[in-house]
Amino acid sequence: MSDRIFGSILTILALTFFVSATQLESPFFADPLGPKNFPFIVSGAALICSITMIIKPDKDPLWPDVKTLIKLFTALVVLILYAFSLKTFGFLLPTALASAALSYLIQPSIFKSSATGLILSLSLFTIFKFGLGLSLFPFPKFLLG
Amino acid sequence: MELFQNLALGFGIALTLTTLSLAIIGCILGTIIGALPGLGPSNGVAILIPLAFTLELDATQALVLMTSVYYGAMYGGRISSILLNIPGDEPAMMTTLDGYPMAKKGRAGDALVLSGVSSFVGAFLATIGLMLLAPILARVAFYFGPAEYFALYLLAFCTLGGIGAENQAKSAIAVCLGLGISMIGVDNSTGMTRFTGGNLHLYDGVDFLVAIVGLFAVTEIFVFIESRGKDSAIGVKLGKISIPIKDILATKWTMLRATIVGFTAGVLPGAGASLGSFLAYMSEKSLAKEKKTFGTGDIRGVAAPEAGNNAAAGGALVPMLTLGVPGSGTTAVLLALLMTLNITPGPLLFNERPEVVWGLIATLLIANFVLLILNVPLVKVFTKILQVPASFLLPGVAMVSFVGIYSLSGSYFDLLLMIGFGVLGFTLRKLKIPAVPVILGILLGGHMEVSLRRAMVLSNGDWTYLFNSYISVGLWIAAFIGFVAPIFLRSYLKKPTPTGK
Repeated sequence: MSDRIFGSILTILALTFFVSATQLESPFFADPLGPKNFPFIVSGAALICSITMIIKPDKDPLWPDVKTLIKLFTALVVLILYAFSLKTFGFLLPTALASAALSYLIQPSIFKSSATGLILSLSLFTIFKFGLGLSLFPFPKFLLG
Repeated sequence: MELFQNLALGFGIALTLTTLSLAIIGCILGTIIGALPGLGPSNGVAILIPLAFTLELDATQALVLMTSVYYGAMYGGRISSILLNIPGDEPAMMTTLDGYPMAKKGRAGDALVLSGVSSFVGAFLATIGLMLLAPILARVAFYFGPAEYFALYLLAFCTLGGIGAENQAKSAIAVCLGLGISMIGVDNSTGMTRFTGGNLHLYDGVDFLVAIVGLFAVTEIFVFIESRGKDSAIGVKLGKISIPIKDILATKWTMLRATIVGFTAGVLPGAGASLGSFLAYMSEKSLAKEKKTFGTGDIRGVAAPEAGNNAAAGGALVPMLTLGVPGSGTTAVLLALLMTLNITPGPLLFNERPEVVWGLIATLLIANFVLLILNVPLVKVFTKILQVPASFLLPGVAMVSFVGIYSLSGSYFDLLLMIGFGVLGFTLRKLKIPAVPVILGILLGGHMEVSLRRAMVLSNGDWTYLFNSYISVGLWIAAFIGFVAPIFLRSYLKKPTPTGK
């Protein structure tokens, strides 16, 4: 079933790709193949493969249970928030929080995960800033003025 | 004679203080990365590449550092296979079969030393093989025109899923995904943008480093959270380390045979180190008169896969350097490194930038001795690394990947894209769709399209031009066989599962 769902998504994707390739206008002076034909070939191949996936699906993989799915989703949210906060909040605080959160998701121990966050944030900052010379701001920019 | 001149040039570069220390650092880092479960050569090298750029190394130095990490990880992968029965990386899977039983019998030290020595034999001889074979292949590649290159890329894609994959349609769909992603951005021959959906961030296309770090490192985080670090098993105690000379001498032919098998598997496009160790183990087992001892701690079962996977790692560098077509996941990552450094691998590399190629080869010859020292007398130090808990390691990997990519572009869009690739990688892993073809598609898609378009310009749109030379016809046939053969071979090449899992 999983294969059928993913195969269908890919079929739609391949069709979208194909349609958006037809929308490309070949310039007057283009080479014989032009910008369209290679996308056509690839989307055609993708179409064949994704339909094969729908017709001949493999056995379903073991999907994680609801509890694990929530964990995975939390991890995803943590990573996305981390990506947004690096610029505004500096390196130290977001890194400590994000790595503590990830650590907690792997092994739920408050002491261990906060230690992980603290150690990782400080040691990585030292390595990146002074070892590799990356331009990282330790604290939020608005605090530094 | 030319070979000696080239080697002299290479050693001239390798024996400078900077290059040598980079190689040593790379070897140490690599062995650590290899030893850590969940971090292997491909994702280890991937997260280190962005950081290597910040050191502002020149091309040779960057390549030397990363290839040493690669070699080191191949050596180090066996440590957790033997002590914990968990492969440190995928190519070290076969080492668990006999390595762990041998360790359980109280011979952990012997197993580590024996596998360290066979890693050395495999890797060192493969480096010599690389030295001899690469210039020859580079000369052949000189006759390659756009039609031949197009067929060559096709061959790489067709064989990549190859014997390792379980479902050809899934490997092929992975390639298509990669090729599709590679087309996003400005089309170089006409200057028009394609498939960007009007998003300005995508005009430059998807940076392959973002894709690689996402698919390898971020995916690993999700996979680990799903398995909740169950793998942190209590390992075997390691006693005093001595050198089991009797065992080493008894397995010398095993090591040599495994090296040849592994190297060949490495050179063939799309095979790589995992297949190298698998074939080495299986051929050794089929040659043995008494097969029952395999899987219970047979010394040949420890020596063969390690010589095999290290030889394959060296072999995989041959097509990467001479043709620009990587044979494995890690060499694909190394190719990404070269392309980011504005170096196009291929025959021209050997003529125009001999210092890069020969500097690399000479350093690898030296690096193997460094690795032998690290992995035999000093192996105890590295076994301590296995005690690092996953709850510390994985967040660390995540943070390093983020900062690495962030330092390259400074844009949160690339970070989000990287997370997106991580989710994609997790889904692909669940559905047993290989991720390496996606990466190879992203890396080579541009080249493949350019070759096809050049061929069409040369022939004025005549498609038969693609089959115009013996080389290209041969490549087309090989591609076809490479795609179809695994369907029939699959029943013969069932992978045995490691014991105790």
